[in-house]
Amino acid sequence: MSTLWARIEPLLARVQKPARYIGCEDGAITPRHDKLDGGDVVAWLLAYPDTYEIGLPNQGLQILYEILNERDDALAERTYAPWADLDHEMRAAGVPLFSVDTHRAAGEFDVLAFNLSSELVFTNVLNMIDLAGAPVRSAERDADDLFVLVGGHAAFNPEPLADFIDAAVLGEGEEVVSEITEVLRAWKAAGRSDRESVLRELSKIPGVYVPAMYEVTYEGEHIAAVQPRYPDVPATVDKRTVADLGEWPYPKHPLVPLTEVVHDRLSVEVFRGCTRGCRFCQAGMITRPVRERPAEQVRTMIREGLRSTGYDEVSLTSLSTADFSDIEPVVRGILDDAKEIPGACDTMTINLPSLRVDAFTVGLAGEVNNGRRSGLTFAPEGGSWRLRKVINKLITEEDLYGAVESAFSQGWTRMKLYFLTGLPTETDEDTLGIAELAKNCVAIGKRYTNRASVTVSLGGFVPKPHTPFQWFGQNTDEELRRKINMVREATRRMNGVNVKWHDPAATTAEGITSRGDRRIGRVIERVWREGGLFQEWGEHFDLDRWAAAMEAEGLSLDWYVFRHRDEHEILPWAHLTAGLHHDFLWGDWLDALAESGVEDCRWTPCYDCGVCTGYGIEHVVASPIAPAGGSQGTGQDLSHGGDVPVTLLPTRREPAGAST
Amino acid sequence: MKLRVRATKIGKVRFTSHRDAARMWERALRRAGLPVAFTEGFTPRPKISFGLALPTGAESIAEYVDIELQREIAAADVDLDTLPARLSDALPTGFDVLVAAEREPGVDSLQEAVTSCTWELWSPLLTAADHLDACRLLEPAELVLERERKGKRSADDVRPMILDLRPDPSGDRLVADLVTIGRALRPGELAELAYPHIDARDVRALRTHQWLDHDGMRHEVLALPADVDARTQWVLA
Ligand code: SF4
Repeated sequence: MSTLWARIEPLLARVQKPARYIGCEDGAITPRHDKLDGGDVVAWLLAYPDTYEIGLPNQGLQILYEILNERDDALAERTYAPWADLDHEMRAAGVPLFSVDTHRAAGEFDVLAFNLSSELVFTNVLNMIDLAGAPVRSAERDADDLFVLVGGHAAFNPEPLADFIDAAVLGEGEEVVSEITEVLRAWKAAGRSDRESVLRELSKIPGVYVPAMYEVTYEGEHIAAVQPRYPDVPATVDKRTVADLGEWPYPKHPLVPLTEVVHDRLSVEVFRGCTRGCRFCQAGMITRPVRERPAEQVRTMIREGLRSTGYDEVSLTSLSTADFSDIEPVVRGILDDAKEIPGACDTMTINLPSLRVDAFTVGLAGEVNNGRRSGLTFAPEGGSWRLRKVINKLITEEDLYGAVESAFSQGWTRMKLYFLTGLPTETDEDTLGIAELAKNCVAIGKRYTNRASVTVSLGGFVPKPHTPFQWFGQNTDEELRRKINMVREATRRMNGVNVKWHDPAATTAEGITSRGDRRIGRVIERVWREGGLFQEWGEHFDLDRWAAAMEAEGLSLDWYVFRHRDEHEILPWAHLTAGLHHDFLWGDWLDALAESGVEDCRWTPCYDCGVCTGYGIEHVVASPIAPAGGSQGTGQDLSHGGDVPVTLLPTRREPAGAST
Repeated sequence: MKLRVRATKIGKVRFTSHRDAARMWERALRRAGLPVAFTEGFTPRPKISFGLALPTGAESIAEYVDIELQREIAAADVDLDTLPARLSDALPTGFDVLVAAEREPGVDSLQEAVTSCTWELWSPLLTAADHLDACRLLEPAELVLERERKGKRSADDVRPMILDLRPDPSGDRLVADLVTIGRALRPGELAELAYPHIDARDVRALRTHQWLDHDGMRHEVLALPADVDARTQWVLA
């Protein structure tokens, strides 16, 4: 292997933000490429199919980067999607996709592994495979070509990418990357025979899905069956889950970028999984159960991390950080530790993303912000209590107003409220409820400051695989636009209320890939060939390209995106599972339609969704009782704290999974 | 106490911006555990200031940073001899602190004080003859450059901005002394004028000196100690 730097350098003088491509981060590992000379080392190129600014902070990629480089039989480098200007220069100069660590050509690696956090990056995946110099279709790659792997949340339905990837990893990668390395190493050592044999070996690793090992048959438009091609290939692929986060204190050497990125701060993951059970939330459904990191380890990782990186800001990440059992002592510990770092205590900021909507959480946020009051974000998601029961985001109006009041009274002047539009059963009354909530929040704020303002952020709902809403027909972009306009109209004369919204056209395109099957692969390829890159970037996105590609392939938007599915339809990802029983998901869908909520199983008895029982794992939480304050998403008054919510409004029927 | 340090920015990190470099310095000072003074207010910032911005893509062995330490820190508390190594360790590869000195009270800020810089220009696409040709830019009394700054086009006489042009001893590089006061001439703009037959983006630039004027004589802001050779710090890509 040798570096391409001398050929890359002149190109960087011609592009915007060249620092994206130089690597050199603190924490970057210069892999010992001499390991390669032995021949049986597996070289991974970990790729993020979006810009460096978005990809660099990705924790999953950083974790695997360290784990692989710690192994004697593996090495890992990183790459990010080159922006259109560099892409153009690279193609003109014949420079292939390269790693940012040592600027080696992608083709010199064995594996090109993508972290997929959203579906709109799929065209970038194809482009990067192509830039790497490999055929984009996996069937055309031979023994000397790269293995293309995908993982991450959007890999839970990899079917639209089935023709382009060699394998998808479902779930958490900490353990499985080593198992994949061992299979590939043995195959390399045995002289890299045919590709088919090693793909078959890979398909036997739990959590690894090799699309080529499965045959999909159709009956008209519908999928008739998905069957393994060989008897030793599993009929269903299960996700991987790390039982104890405490055993994985990664990243140990967080990457500190030299140029500005989206989350330019230390990140420490405090727990994985979320069992609040928000029905629209794929992340919550596919990462169960809850596994907390030991509080002492959190504190150590932060202390060491701040010292080694020089950051003065830390983010405690998870899907709902205020739910971390030891949140208060941990925060106090971090602030104590910061006093020992010269200079840090003056500027030290602790970031608590994904705030719960209640006053307790706001109090916590007030303590850690070092006097800064930049803006707070809450996510009630639905505009009415009825709709919030449907989506199981059981925040009462009192919770929201309590949180908002607490924030304004502590000096915040700007608040952001996140809502989804296009949710199941949503009526115009629900939609208008959004304006009403915003108005009331501003009214509360005006009691404290004249500058009080609330920004309503409207996202279009895309039903996601492996959630109870996977059967729901997405709203059309016209319908979403109508709802957005309704909110805009209703808030037009409301002083202090601003409305922002996500482009409904992009929501439709996301819908195509989100629940797409293998036939959608041709659409993605077409959009890519027509130049549709960076589709999650407004300036590059064009729905017409997607609509035209669908039509050219004889596929219908209506059928793929806007249609309701029924219980017995074989969904494209039916042979892949995040552990949630089909019966549980369907039952939860019926509960949603009946406006019935479910409680959080981390503090209440299990309702057998299938994950813990199926995988022999369980919640790892330091506190067996729910934290104090607000309704905790249960819709009940838990302001006194400690009590476990017993029953929820309309009593739930028998857990679906129990009867089977 | 106040400190002034001279540092390099060479190798791959030349592609970072002036703003990027400022953030790196903030982090490095914290990593090195230096007790930097902070501004007052809701969002305290460390009291550090940087001299003339180095264009993204250019390299330098003469970058300056002024650092104010907390009031209770006395000059005797800081070991200026070991400070360069301590800071270099905390900075990314390519940033090396060459020399550190106490900044006497009352000394002008870097932006105000520096009147000219010395640059070296070179490119694999250029020969010694091209550099000799470039020196002829000194001949005309007027040198008009059309350029765009902040969206505004203008035609400026940049001849007064060029103090001297000469080849370096090897002949492979052009050495340029450029005025920094007013609408300065950037090295990239000089390359456009000097080498019209190639793309100026292929011309590399290295800032080797920043100069102050005292009694009609120019002085290096901080001269390198005899035992420090900045050029041995070249980072191999
Ligand atoms: S198996 Fe039970 S306890 Fe585990 S996540 Fe599912 S419902 Fe909760």
